[in-house]
Amino acid sequence: MAETPAVAAVRKGGGWLQPHRIVLISIALAIVLASIFYLRWDWLPAYLPLAVQGIWRTIWLLAVTSVLGIALAIPLGLAQAAGPWALAAPARAFCTIIRGTPLLLQLWLLYYGLGSLFPQIPWIRDSFLWPYLRQAWPYGVLSLTLSFAGYEGEVMRGAFAGVPKGQLEAARAFGMRRWTAFRRIWLPQALHRALPTLAGETVLQLKATPLVATITMVDIYAVASRVRQDTFITYEPLLLLAAVYMAVTGIIVLAFRRLEARFPARVG
Amino acid sequence: MSAGQTAWLSRPAAGQGAAEALHVENLHKKFGELHVLKGVSLSARDGDVIAIIGGSGSGKSTLLRCINCLENPTSGIIRVNGEEIRLKADSYGNTYPADRRQIERIRSRLGMVFQSFNLWSHMTLLENVIEVPVHVLGVKKERAIVEAETLLARVGLAEKRDVYPAFLSGGQQQRAAIARALAIQPRVMLFDEPTSALDPELVGEVLRVIGDLAREGRTMVLVTHEMKFAREVATHVVYLYNGVVEEEGPPAALFGAPKSERLKQFLRNVG
Repeated sequence: MAETPAVAAVRKGGGWLQPHRIVLISIALAIVLASIFYLRWDWLPAYLPLAVQGIWRTIWLLAVTSVLGIALAIPLGLAQAAGPWALAAPARAFCTIIRGTPLLLQLWLLYYGLGSLFPQIPWIRDSFLWPYLRQAWPYGVLSLTLSFAGYEGEVMRGAFAGVPKGQLEAARAFGMRRWTAFRRIWLPQALHRALPTLAGETVLQLKATPLVATITMVDIYAVASRVRQDTFITYEPLLLLAAVYMAVTGIIVLAFRRLEARFPARVG
Repeated sequence: MSAGQTAWLSRPAAGQGAAEALHVENLHKKFGELHVLKGVSLSARDGDVIAIIGGSGSGKSTLLRCINCLENPTSGIIRVNGEEIRLKADSYGNTYPADRRQIERIRSRLGMVFQSFNLWSHMTLLENVIEVPVHVLGVKKERAIVEAETLLARVGLAEKRDVYPAFLSGGQQQRAAIARALAIQPRVMLFDEPTSALDPELVGEVLRVIGDLAREGRTMVLVTHEMKFAREVATHVVYLYNGVVEEEGPPAALFGAPKSERLKQFLRNVG
């Protein structure tokens, strides 16, 4: 009975540590070790504080814009799925425009467009928001948020429309108020339906964040560029960059998987 | 005057004296050009079990769904527990409840059981049963859980309280849906073909639960295709044909000695 879990699993035939996996892990380990010993990493200590700050900024940007974006996407999706024409049409127009134009264009329109318009308006210059509006990050957050809202608004439209009518009819038949039915029945079921899609979209959002480097925000991508400019070392910073994005992607995927596991597999 | 319009006046003696729980008078329902209900009347006193039978397209499900305004009646009077549902018409001729709060209050006293169960799929059975008491009626959660456990035990699902509906058979789901409807302590139970979506071998367990409710004196309106069951548990049977009450009366009379040619034909076909 003193078997390790791995051995027990192999004996059952469904083990995780199977021969082909051991080979793959060895190869991966060899690549990592080779890149540690054969490539140049002497620049790393000098740039480590900046890199940590950049990683933090990337994650922060991703988290804030995803949460704000989803918060906007829910009303956008609801308006399209069940709203009156006056709400559905603008929501559809917004999603179409956002999804129909490159994010880089939206970012530059906001940053260079609004950013150069605002200083000419006296009351904006005098407002308490001006110290923030002079910086780049509000424009980065705004455009990434709007972009996420546009894509996820479409996802949520499908998710809301996909909840079976009988579920809402039961809520109505028992005298639930509309807001209660939305909060207790419609939204949870729509979010659950959308969850696998949202996981993928969040990963895509992560990989949209480097665009903010083009408007002077120093995220992890901008740090890698700076290393290249300062030291003329190209590959090592890019490898590190790839590792960071893969690690964050892994965390996102795991987090969504745990979220999905909270619901039974056969719901809906 | 058609038979339908006077139907509610000629109640069987069994329910006399008891308070009137449900009253439907001269109900019309049109879907566009389609005239589904053409002046149906119905009345249930406390303890009555009204079975509505009829062929496909006769309007029996529509009638039931009009009682709690899941379908808005085009015209007519509906009273639940003596309170008349206020309806108003818009300029297109569509009718809907005039007072949202009123219809919500009335619905929360009508325990509806659907043909396709409609249990909330993201909630366990216990969560399904306590949902309306807690979030509509304002019952304390602890108390609602105690009552829900009793109800689930009653329909034979005590050990399934933490299971999601998708993992249960149709019969189990429908019994849970009955527990959910009972949890609101309904004035009237509304059953919309509760066994039509079930495999034949699962029909019995659901009918047993409904039969028990009938025998303990629950007021209910039951749309069904199970003629034998209707004959056993109903105090009053209504035969709908083409949106009109073709014939109605106590089950013994209706099934034993049908007067209408159409009902005779119908009973021959289903029997």
